[in-house]
Amino acid sequence: MLAVRNVYLDHAATTPAHPKVVEAMLPYFTDKFGNPSNLHDRGREAKNAIEEARAKTAALIGARPEEIFFTSSGAESNNFALKGLAQANSQKGRNIIVSQIEHFSVLHAAKTLEKSGFTVTYLPVDKQGLVDPADAARAINKDTVLVSIMHANNEIGTIEPIKEISAITREKGVLFHTDAVATTGWIPVDVKALGVDALSLSGHQFYGPKGAAALYVRKNVRIKPQIEGGIQEDGRRAGTENVPALVGLGKASEIAAAEIPRRMSHIAALRDRLQKGLVERIDHLVINGHPSSRLPNHLNVSLWYVEGESMLLFLNMEGISVSSGSACTSRSLKASHVLTCIGTDAAVANGTLLMTLGMGNTAEDIDYVIEKLPPIVQRLREMSPLYEDMIKKEKAG
Amino acid sequence: MEQYSSKVMEHFAHPHNVGEIPDADGVGTVGNPVCGDVMRLYIKVDKDVITDAKFKTFGCGAAIATSSMVTDLVKGKTVGEALKISNAAVAEALGGLPKVKMHCSVLAEEALKSALDDYYKKKGVPSPVKIPASSGHEHEME
Repeated sequence: MLAVRNVYLDHAATTPAHPKVVEAMLPYFTDKFGNPSNLHDRGREAKNAIEEARAKTAALIGARPEEIFFTSSGAESNNFALKGLAQANSQKGRNIIVSQIEHFSVLHAAKTLEKSGFTVTYLPVDKQGLVDPADAARAINKDTVLVSIMHANNEIGTIEPIKEISAITREKGVLFHTDAVATTGWIPVDVKALGVDALSLSGHQFYGPKGAAALYVRKNVRIKPQIEGGIQEDGRRAGTENVPALVGLGKASEIAAAEIPRRMSHIAALRDRLQKGLVERIDHLVINGHPSSRLPNHLNVSLWYVEGESMLLFLNMEGISVSSGSACTSRSLKASHVLTCIGTDAAVANGTLLMTLGMGNTAEDIDYVIEKLPPIVQRLREMSPLYEDMIKKEKAG
Repeated sequence: MEQYSSKVMEHFAHPHNVGEIPDADGVGTVGNPVCGDVMRLYIKVDKDVITDAKFKTFGCGAAIATSSMVTDLVKGKTVGEALKISNAAVAEALGGLPKVKMHCSVLAEEALKSALDDYYKKKGVPSPVKIPASSGHEHEME
């Protein structure tokens, strides 16, 4: 079925590579195919290319090039940070602190550390998804070596008080990692301003290619390699570099560094238009996340009496791509852990849509979604026994 | 996740028998909004034959498609024949379901059994219906 329009509102899942990114990458598949570890010209050409990419990636986040370690994904960066920092510093202590709403690549890495003798403290969040820095301060004890709190949550978009928390970790001499996969390329990310010791970012989240990501590790901070057997990445991560992808990440970083202010204003205006339009047209709707400390491209809504996957499928038939936080779209058949942690009623959590905007979206796209979603919701509600019960209850007074 | 069959998508996009039967002879509601699906099935019975069936469902694509299919399958059948409709028959009639969605067909069978049970109770005769112990939600690992 061909829809009239294609509206991609799932930029938190992935973004298209920028044409200039693809253009920069192409020579490194064919003409400039060398292995950066080789001393001959072909090798040096590739080595120079990844060092240039490293400098550009470092510049985007206010780091030094030698503080950037390339990886294959945000999940790898998070695993590297959690396990590598905890293991390299375990002589100081064996407690780590994370929030309950971290990405699974942080939570599952923490679980693995728990099995190897570390203790993990899970910090709660409030109804808007914020970690309270005072909770972090209270949780840190003599045994704590690492705190990991995400810069912004990938589902509800809430931006965490990273500076406030890093002030505490600095004072107490504890390492601080932040997962900045959702924020890098969308809002300013500066490792010094944030005060973090380590930070994860991923290229395909901001118009770079898939398969290229990085972990920033502050100079003089020890980290244990998780992939061994090679000299690449200063001995911290073995494996022949994915040269074209890393060149793409460098280019995406360079473009982002220049474009972030424009991205923020363009996208936030469209997001606000979408939010306003949906709130005006659909009743029994809940906006999730923080009202102001939120990523400019995120809109996460829960709709009562309808289920997320069925909305997603009907939107897809209209050419609109979104994500759902419902139990039915996850293999676990459980509603999102993030929505559960912010106290969303489990019944309405299953009616959640995550819409994440990007530079390719226009006001016409947004108006098209505002036009298409309300009748879909109405149709599904008319089919819903929960809606029928609610109406009957309202009539009964 | 596996993709839905074209038959599932057809029944999801254009479900048959949506609605209520105000003077139904049997009504069954099963499922839980927390798990993401609730089905309500209505049947009208005339001289032991199911003459009409309608449903209302809160749930995913598979939940809506299985509701549509089970109401199609029972129409014209005797109550005794309807009792024998299994979740596997519903899934098969839809050209199969993704593994993680098989519980939706179980829910459809339960909704039908629950409506038939209600029918017997309303008639004041002992119900032969065995409501299956809810096997619908074996939560898998993340």
